[in-house]
Amino acid sequence: MQYLNAFWVGGLICVIAQILIDRTKLTPARILVSYVVLGVLLGGIGVYDKIVEFAGAGATVPIIGFGNVLAKGVIKGVNEHGLLGVITGGAAAAAGGIAAAIVFGFLIALIFSPKSKK
Amino acid sequence: MNNGAGAKRLGAQTVKFENRVPIISTATIAGPKETEGPLSDYFDVKLDDDMWDEDSWEKAESKMQREAVKIAVSRRGLALDDIDYIFAGDLLNQCTAAGFGIRDLNIPYFGVYGACSTMIEGLSLGAMMIDGGYATTAAAVSSSHYCTAERQYRNPLEYGGQRTPTAQWTVTGAAAAVLGYAEGSGTGDVQKEVYITHATTGRIVDFGVKDPNNMGGAMAPAAVSTLAEHFKATGTQPKDYDLILTGDLGTLGKSVAIDLMLEQGYDLSGLYDDCGCMIYDIEKQDVHAGGSGCGCVSITFCGYIINLMREQKLSRVLVAGTGALLSPTSTLQGESIPGIAHAAVIEI
Amino acid sequence: MEHENKEYLRYLDEKAPGSPTFKNIVWAFCIGGLICVIGQAFSNLYSKVCGLSDEDAKTAVSVTMIFLGALFTGLNIYPRIAKYAGAGTIVPITGFANSIVSPAMEFKKEGYVLGMAAKMFVIAGPVLVYGITSSAVVGIIYYIYTLLV
Repeated sequence: MQYLNAFWVGGLICVIAQILIDRTKLTPARILVSYVVLGVLLGGIGVYDKIVEFAGAGATVPIIGFGNVLAKGVIKGVNEHGLLGVITGGAAAAAGGIAAAIVFGFLIALIFSPKSKK
Repeated sequence: MNNGAGAKRLGAQTVKFENRVPIISTATIAGPKETEGPLSDYFDVKLDDDMWDEDSWEKAESKMQREAVKIAVSRRGLALDDIDYIFAGDLLNQCTAAGFGIRDLNIPYFGVYGACSTMIEGLSLGAMMIDGGYATTAAAVSSSHYCTAERQYRNPLEYGGQRTPTAQWTVTGAAAAVLGYAEGSGTGDVQKEVYITHATTGRIVDFGVKDPNNMGGAMAPAAVSTLAEHFKATGTQPKDYDLILTGDLGTLGKSVAIDLMLEQGYDLSGLYDDCGCMIYDIEKQDVHAGGSGCGCVSITFCGYIINLMREQKLSRVLVAGTGALLSPTSTLQGESIPGIAHAAVIEI
Repeated sequence: MEHENKEYLRYLDEKAPGSPTFKNIVWAFCIGGLICVIGQAFSNLYSKVCGLSDEDAKTAVSVTMIFLGALFTGLNIYPRIAKYAGAGTIVPITGFANSIVSPAMEFKKEGYVLGMAAKMFVIAGPVLVYGITSSAVVGIIYYIYTLLV
């Protein structure tokens, strides 16, 4: 059941983005930005965690989940460090993802080279 | 006009050469995907690796220009010294494929930029130079490369994105043509000489298309403007040509051009094709709306069409190279895409 | 001078073929869903088998998915799937990794500092900029809220 929910919720989140790409003039980059900001907002008001509870990775793996992590982090940061947490909270919570992207991105780019497409 | 130019000019944009200028030699180099396409038999060099033993795609593209010139020149037994001027261009920033490609050839160089219409622009200028008496022999060369264009105009190759249905595929290819009267030691494989008789220089036409993934739609009005002006100035009709050819409008741009020409009273049916629709098998090769890039008209025209003319299967062709004068910066700043088309008449 | 031939743009809009929306949707749904299912499998592995805390398991899943996205980009597999999957491969965090690795690989030729490293975030950068900035906005609002309550 858990896998089924992850599948259809994750799939649905992607489908909404696909429709926006095909039907509007929004480019993928703008949609990703909108999604992450949406995740921050939904996370800020505490709604997104309910979706995460239901769909698990179906909600955390899409980039909206990244926004949710940022929002939850900043709230935790404010609770623990007050005003300073406004700045440190979000990035601290997302540090794993960001550092992983940089480190793995660096290593993979070192090892592999782009290939021509046919 | 008292300098004698009047006799050589027709209308506002067209030149009629006093002595038609021979295209004495051509050479084409095609990338792997183009080699798999329907025109493969007509290309001189077929690359199975688009890096061509270089360490970057930019260097490979420069090499394509250089080798195309060398082959075209040597084919008729000429030497590089016999070329008085070379007109070269490509799509890269500051036309570096041309600059670096021609660097070691030691030929007086004019860099030209007409986006994907560059080859026809170069041919027009070369023919004017020769008919004007300022050169005996001139060369034109132009190239594009899928990988260099993709990283400059769009996304990195490994970026996972979808192409829209109107997007076109940049041709990896280069072609060179030698014009004029130099006497070489060889006759090459030429059975029949081909000549440039007219050149119609396009005006920039911008109807406000902003989608860089719909260049055919952006360029079609420019092609129509140049073709219609050409017919008017020369007093010809589409049926006076065996073939009317545009550079890289693709499937959508081609059908737009047919519509717009009909509105102007010119029926192109049965006489017209577009290099972007000819160079690939559009269905099988998954190129969406067809080919594009400087290489598209260059290798299709210099490889396929000129060979058909030498085999006397065509005797009079009107070719219009089409270009989209945009840059990644202009697109980001929300500018529309100015189009250009340069036409030339080729006869046997 | 305004370059806008409205009549032509309307004509062109009608003439242009639309994206094959239904096919795209099916692909996006299946691949996007599948990537999430893989994430779920790792989540279960980390929390149930490895005994990580809930919070740590989630971070570990993100790190794993980013690694896989990067690896499959390097192997030239990710863009091949993406051609069909569209948003199904862009929206999951693996797509975020793809958008970082692909320019890094592509611009290696321009050097390891000003090429590879500098270009790494040309596509993904905006996600971080707007994500982190909006998190700070949420933080400010929450901070004011805590002062008032």
